[in-house]
Amino acid sequence: MNFFIRTRKRLSKFLNAFFKKRQSRIGIYGPPNAGKTTLSNRIVRDWTGDALGPVSEIPHETRRARRKEGITISNQNGNTVTIDIVDTPGVTTKIDYQEFIEYGMEKDDAIKRAREATEGVAEAMHWLREDIDGVIYMLDATLDPFTQVNIMLVGIIESRDLPVIIVANKIDLPDASASAIRKAFPQHPVIPVSGLEGNNMEELYEKMLEYFG
Amino acid sequence: MIQGVQIDLISADRLERMTKMEKIRLIIDDVMEGNIVVLEKGLTPDEQSGLIELTMQKITPDGFSGIEMETYAAKDASSSGGGLFGKLFGKKVSATRMTVIGPANQMKTIKKDKDLISAWVSSR
Ligand SMILES: Nc1nc2c(ncn2[C@@H]2O[C@H](COP(=O)(O)OP(=O)(O)OP(=O)(O)O)[C@@H](O)[C@H]2O)c(=O)[nH]1
Ligand SMILES: [Mg+2]
Repeated sequence: MNFFIRTRKRLSKFLNAFFKKRQSRIGIYGPPNAGKTTLSNRIVRDWTGDALGPVSEIPHETRRARRKEGITISNQNGNTVTIDIVDTPGVTTKIDYQEFIEYGMEKDDAIKRAREATEGVAEAMHWLREDIDGVIYMLDATLDPFTQVNIMLVGIIESRDLPVIIVANKIDLPDASASAIRKAFPQHPVIPVSGLEGNNMEELYEKMLEYFG
Repeated sequence: MIQGVQIDLISADRLERMTKMEKIRLIIDDVMEGNIVVLEKGLTPDEQSGLIELTMQKITPDGFSGIEMETYAAKDASSSGGGLFGKLFGKKVSATRMTVIGPANQMKTIKKDKDLISAWVSSR
């Protein structure tokens, strides 16, 4: 191969990489136990057939961010968007291994989980600062949305100018209230869903097409 | 109630002169000693993000278990404390939120009564 052809090939590869818009990475954020992994699994399963990670009633089940690449969401009007889904560890300002012991874990395991959980929170913050292009902010709709962590995290997301959809999860439960969440965050769309049962996912997908497309 | 707990007040003026890392360090060092830090002016989102990250690094089993934060609208602070910061620093209470940060295991007491800190400080 002569020099010119080689250079041209290399150049076009470089230009392709440069101009090809990379897929948006959509981070699923929220406090521990909100149902982030359950929802991530459902989104990934609905559009690819795979799953992302394990789910647990014990907080801090996800202690590392997990990314699923190239998920194409579409609707009947022919709109499509291809994104990466990043399931992130639940964010908090405090972690005490005693909490895991109350769930029946052995002390050693509880201490290990707590240490990994602290790393997970830092990792989630790092992704948000560096690598996330849009956010699905998940809340357990049976809980008070006015927590310091929620206010802080939504503020951090807003300061980065990222598009954000708020999901009011667990609406299958009787005391779930999407309106409390709407009141807390009137500046963003709030979509009530049950990630567990798959209720109202169509509305969420429509909003994702609109916001992340 | 909160006997033996030291409360450190950081004025908006002082906060304005500090860098992000200086603020975060000051808060963490203080809170890890068991103290409560009251900031006259709230932290920026970027500073909050850094504070969460450093907090996570500092957590140890049976030691430091993290922080708890509360923000209070400025009008709450002035109505309950009679111009809390005005009194202490001889100037108008800042329009931004007063922020109270403490060790996670001690903030429960404070959260119970939103006016506790203001009342405690203004009675000194
Ligand atoms: N009833 C109900 N339970 C749900 C729903 N979504 C999740 N859960 C339950 O909530 C618990 C936590 O779910 P996860 O998906 O692990 O939550 P997470 O936000 O990923 O939690 P961390 O990874 O620990 O931050 C599990 O017991 C789930 O089965 C829902 O829509 N309805
Ligand atoms: Mg999870």
